Amino acid sequence: MEIFLQQIINGLTLGSVYALVALGYTMVYGIIGLINFAHGEVVMVGAMIALSVVQALIGAQLGLPPGLVILVGLAVAMPICMGIAYTAERVAYRPLRSAPRLAPLITAIGVSIVLQNLAMIIWGRNYLNFPDIIKPSPIEFGGAFITDVQILIIGVAALIMAGLLLVVHKTRLGMAMRATAQNQQVAGLMGIDINTVISAAFLIGAALAAVAGVLVTLYYGIAHYHMGFILGLKAFTAAVLGGIGNLGGAMLGGVLLGIIEALGAGYIGDLTGGFLGSHYQDVFAFAVLIIVLVFRPSGLLGERVGDRA
Amino acid sequence: MKPLLELTDYKVSYGGIKAVKGIDLAVNEGELVCLIGANGAGKTTTLKAICGLIKTAGGRALYQGENITGARSFELVRRGLAMVPEGRGIFGQLTIEENLAMGAYTRRDYGAIKTDTEQVFELFPRLRERRKQPAGTLSGGEQQMLAMGRAILSKPKLLLLDEPSMGLAPLMVKKVFETVRAISAQGVTILLIEQNAKLALQISSRGYVMESGAITLSGQASQLLDNPKVREAYLGEQAA
Repeated sequence: MEIFLQQIINGLTLGSVYALVALGYTMVYGIIGLINFAHGEVVMVGAMIALSVVQALIGAQLGLPPGLVILVGLAVAMPICMGIAYTAERVAYRPLRSAPRLAPLITAIGVSIVLQNLAMIIWGRNYLNFPDIIKPSPIEFGGAFITDVQILIIGVAALIMAGLLLVVHKTRLGMAMRATAQNQQVAGLMGIDINTVISAAFLIGAALAAVAGVLVTLYYGIAHYHMGFILGLKAFTAAVLGGIGNLGGAMLGGVLLGIIEALGAGYIGDLTGGFLGSHYQDVFAFAVLIIVLVFRPSGLLGERVGDRA
Repeated sequence: MKPLLELTDYKVSYGGIKAVKGIDLAVNEGELVCLIGANGAGKTTTLKAICGLIKTAGGRALYQGENITGARSFELVRRGLAMVPEGRGIFGQLTIEENLAMGAYTRRDYGAIKTDTEQVFELFPRLRERRKQPAGTLSGGEQQMLAMGRAILSKPKLLLLDEPSMGLAPLMVKKVFETVRAISAQGVTILLIEQNAKLALQISSRGYVMESGAITLSGQASQLLDNPKVREAYLGEQAA
């Protein structure tokens, strides 16, 4: 039972990060139908920059409180991530807006490779360690432990997601985004500049990616140039699980995937008599992806309301 | 009267086909003009090109005396040129209220938007009843009401209507035409595209007949209604 509760807590933590990243996939997909495979790289860039800033600040020995140091790292990383996403859309995706779907998809993979290699040139191939500025202090919780870092991750993710839902459902921009997602031509006929809306989706997605990058680095204590690949794939899986294009779906899918993965990792050893260990945890994410694609391609919350012509 | 919209030698190609082959058409301020013709004559293509949804292949479109050839649709809406597209184009997953708010997207006079929304609800009480529901749950006729209400809320100077009666039950068709006339009576200039030539001509002051991408006839609506060619080709049994 303790293992179960512990894995739920761990899964919730990881799932919150997946959800933040999945939102970036799903927003862009919802509006222009593109699976932006470079999105995971934006998370990586966010993590790397924040980590570098934190290292530099700690190295300078200014005696700043750790929370502030991390916030500064995020404050530097976020605009850079947003700039990268905005530029990628302008330069790589927009010219292909009316091209067959495969073309921008392949371009996204290209952008992903470019970003990964740039990161490798800048930061090298080695794992970077997050400076030991926050000592996670575990709190006991029904026989399981939750650290303050985990609480921070879950709390920040929940706050951001609530904020996003508020923006999407209560503001002019949000309404324009939802309208554009449903019908670009008619949205244009309402006076909406769809290019602005599309850029906004990329910018918001990148901002969330930067936060996710910082949180995941804080959690694992490391960052490296190819961390965005697997994280991106899992977040994509989460988006598909929830129903790609659906914001609530991305959140639900992210949290569920995190929990499935954590439970899978926690019990796989027992289930296979020790034959497979917890390092097989990635198997679960992709097993979920396959199962969803086979049995419910629209995802858990996809396609709820139909359009009548 | 000076024309609000003026097309000169207007050409549009659609997928390599010359769909509109150099037409001349003018809509004066305050007028209700209809463009009638058979399916595939190029009516919708003309309308789509005017509001920037597809590219023009030649000629010129003037709106308020300014060249709008190549302008993008959202810019035209901001200048008072609105369109209700074929198939209505409502946002099915947005609520009725949100759809109406989209119509007023370019406006900033929030107080007036409120009164105008109330007016739309007066005009179409059915929409008020279901204001919080997703628009996709409305019937075809109700969706057309919503599309028109949305267009009214954009406070257009020129309203382009593409087949507003398409696929509707006869009672709804009547209601739609009454609404078009009411909007026109409020001083909105309208260019109406219709396959229902008789009803369209009855509420219009002037009309154009389009065939295979060209204007073959034009004139006062009453004269077109009496024109034997129009009666034979477009009014069919209704005229007999």
